[in-house]
Order: sequence, then C-alpha cells, then structure tokens
Amino acid sequence: MQVLFTLCGLVAVGFVLLITVYLVISGIPAIQEIGLFRFLFGKTWAASGDQYGILPLILTSIYGTAGAIVIGVPIGFFTAVFLAKVAPKKVANVLRPAVSLLAGIPSVVYGLVGMCVLVPALRGWLHLPAGDSLLAAILVLAVMILPSIISLSETALEAVPREYEEASLALGATKLETYFRVSAPAAKSGIAAAVVLGIGRAIGEAMAIMMVAGNVANMPALTRSVRFLTTGISIELNYSQDGSLQRQALFSIGLVLFLFIMLINAFLNLVLKREKEA
Amino acid sequence: MKKVFSLMLVAVLAISMLAGCSGSKKGGTVNTDGSTSMADVMGALTEAFKEKEPDITVNYSGTGSGSGISGVLDGTCDIGLSSRELKQEEIDQGAVAHVVALDGVAVVVNPKNPVTDLTTRQIADIFTGKITNWSELGGADAPIAVYGREDGSGTRSAFEEIVGVEGKCVYTNEYGSTGDVIGNVASNENAIGYASLSAVNDTVAAVKVNGVAPSEATVKDGSYTIQRPFVMVTKDGVELSEAAQAFLDFASSEEAEEYITAAGAVYPN
Repeated sequence: MQVLFTLCGLVAVGFVLLITVYLVISGIPAIQEIGLFRFLFGKTWAASGDQYGILPLILTSIYGTAGAIVIGVPIGFFTAVFLAKVAPKKVANVLRPAVSLLAGIPSVVYGLVGMCVLVPALRGWLHLPAGDSLLAAILVLAVMILPSIISLSETALEAVPREYEEASLALGATKLETYFRVSAPAAKSGIAAAVVLGIGRAIGEAMAIMMVAGNVANMPALTRSVRFLTTGISIELNYSQDGSLQRQALFSIGLVLFLFIMLINAFLNLVLKREKEA
Repeated sequence: MKKVFSLMLVAVLAISMLAGCSGSKKGGTVNTDGSTSMADVMGALTEAFKEKEPDITVNYSGTGSGSGISGVLDGTCDIGLSSRELKQEEIDQGAVAHVVALDGVAVVVNPKNPVTDLTTRQIADIFTGKITNWSELGGADAPIAVYGREDGSGTRSAFEEIVGVEGKCVYTNEYGSTGDVIGNVASNENAIGYASLSAVNDTVAAVKVNGVAPSEATVKDGSYTIQRPFVMVTKDGVELSEAAQAFLDFASSEEAEEYITAAGAVYPN
C-alpha cells in the first residue's frame, strides 16, 4: 500500500520536473539566438519583422497585477473584516457562499462579461476608440482575485486569539479600533499570504484578460490596448510556424512567466514559514 | 447452454462479415488541418463529399495556416490547409500547393458607419495610423478603432501584403480569429477591420475598395484587388491515402464549384 502512495506522490513531482525541463529546453534556444538582453529589454514585439523584445509584455503583466492588487486587496481585506468580525451571522452565511461562488466562476465567463459590459462602458465613458485596455484588464483581474484574498484573510482573522481582542476592548478601545489595531496586525502574515496568492492568480491568468485587453504589444498605458505575458503566448501559438523563431520565442515567454511564478511561490513559502515561526 | 453459445458465435461472425463488406468500398479517414478562414469552404466540401463517398470521414481542425502546413510536413495530418501562398522555405521542405479557391479579404466597418467607399491609399493610411478620425473620411467625428489579426495569421499577412502596409500597421486591438474580428466590429461603431469575404455576414458592412464592392464576380475577374488563394497542401514524395486522394480530387474538380461558391469563396478556373 505504501508503494502506491509513494508512486502517486512521485507522479506529481514527476510532472513538475517534466514541465520544468521541457520549458527550459524549449525556451533557451530562442533566448540564445535573440540574446538575453534584447529579449528581456527589447521594446518591440513583431514576429513578421523578426523583433522579439518582451519588455512591453513583462511591464504589462507587472502593472496589470499591481493594479489588480491595489484595487482588489483593500476591497478583499475589508470584506474579510466584515465577514469575520462585523457581520451578523445571518448576513455572513449568505455572503460567504457568494464569495466562494465567485471563486468557482470560470475565467472565460469573467472575460465574457468584461467584453460585453465593461469594455463598451469604458469606450463610452472615456471616449476611447475601442475600450479594450489595461484598465479593463485590471478591473477584471481585481474581481477575479477577490475570493482568494477574502477567504484567506478571513481565516487568518478568525484565528486571532479571542483574548487579544477582549484585552483591547477591556482597555477601552472601540470595536473598530480593536479590529484594525489588534486583530489585523496579529493576522498580518496570513493576510500577506492572501496578497501573494492573489498576485499569483493575477499574473497567471490568460483567458479572461485576452478578451478585454486588446492584445497589441504596446508599452503599457491605462487606456491603451496591451498584451500580457500569458496572452502573448496564447494568441500567437496557433498561427506560428512549427520550429520557427517565433514559436521558440513563445516558449521563451513561457519560461520567463514560469520563473516569475516560481519567484512568487518561493516568496509565499517564505511568508508562510515566518507565520509558522511567529 | 451450448446451443446458445454457438448461436451467439454465429451472430458475431455474421456481424463481422457485414462489417467486412462495407470496407470493400472506398473508406477511411482524411485528416485536414489548418486555416480558420477556410472553415466555411471546408464545411461545404466535406458535407458534399460525404454524400458522394459516405464511408470516408473527413476531419477538419482549424488551427491556422502555419500549423496546417507544418502538420502536413510532419505527417500529423493528410492535407494541410493554407489561406496564403506558400513561403519559399515551406516549398523547400517539400510542400506542394493545390489552389482550390480564391477568397477576397473584405474591409469591414460597422453597419451604422456612413463611410462605404475607400481607396487603397486611405485604407493604408488608416491601418498605419495616419488617419485616426472618421471625420477625415466623411464620417462621424469619432476616433477610428483599427482591428486586426495577430502576427502569423494568413488573413493578416495577405491583407498587409496586398495593401502594402507590411509590418507598419498600428492596431488598436488584435484578435485570434476571424469570428472575433467580425463580432467586435459588429459591436463597435468606431471599428474597422478585415476578414475573409466568405466569413462576412450582415452584422458588418464590407466597404468598396477603389469603388469596387467585394463579391464573387469582382474577386474572380481580379477587379477587387484585396484577394488571396485557398490552398490545400500536400508533401512532395509522400503518397496520399486513397481516401485523401479522392477528397483532394473532388475539391479540385469542377464538381466542387457549386459548393465552394455556396460557401462564399470563388472557384478559381
């Protein structure tokens, strides 16, 4: 029996290794041919002109994720405080399933709603030619990362020992002061983990933002059409010639994205480890 | 008990004989792979072919011209489908082109747009970003949203090459399929895009180019200038299966004309 369990465990590890090795092997040749510096810091991506610089894609992924965090984290955090501390039990029991339902909605549905509602609205409000833009992608991503931020922060807030809060209240602090100056700092590493998890989800998302971002490899600007690392791969893969530099460069983008996500995971582990030690 | 068993055995044998019978006619599977622009033409051709040769199954997967051609060169499909002419390096690797149809690339705008006639020059200026407002073309005072396909698409390279704007286009948005372009032009009054003539429906309006409206007649006689070939690709030296050869023969025969025409493309000869 133990052999079976060990085997199952090895399968998971095996796939990670397989993907890593495959990405490195297929991602390296293009970087060698283009040159690491020109690949990472080139400002133009145009396969037909043999220019493969992914700086606009990298910056778009970073800006897009940062924007989603800036909007999503405060909303998510306050929702978590509300759910864990403020809300009457009945309200919380309705809200909590709604939040988990939000997590279960497929990303293509987020994209669809963004494309049919958000994009035309932005076009009208901001007098843009199209409305597909970094801003639209940020708004969609912000909603998408809400569930993970809310549920993780809520768990962290609920794990704060009651005595802390009771001591604070006994000293004359109001309830709100207690939540924000006692409970939140005590739960800070759990909340940090929630933020990092949100970053991970946002940077890896492709389908939803492909439908609202416009997909032109411009340098990022809020109201302009942009291309993320993820969408850069998915939009060009179908039509790229097998074995061409374009196809290889797409694998190299995959490698860069993979490294980004590894970094974020390593950071998450660090945060969680510190939480355990604290 | 024994009797039942032997009866069953006889039944199994009889069924397997029947199966053997149907195999004596032409049968098999033809896998085709490539251009998404050719979906309508392929749909019409496979449907008609099915009636002629009911035992041959023709599969079509729309993955893009590039991967269709590399598919036939790698042997992962029988016939590759390309909506652009073959590149020299592809011909060097043994790709052979069979032109089965011509297709106009229509320049489409939203039906509410009053602009209905553009010159090649104006189209080039719009797509390179020299003209950015519809009022410069006699339309409403609204910014132009330039929609196109992603780099590597057969429609995009055909359009850019014919209009003379290769690599110089300033797109507002890029989309991964013909349907996406049509759908997004249909939902945005400021938009202009391009798409295979066979895919144009009445949710968008195709503009006249140099005064010539895109149609089968104008594509065939060459007066509508933005056009490209639909190509079935095979590999030199690789013998096609009986089924694949039959399908290719059918697609290039005069018999196929009515189906190609019905699908909105133009029969070349």
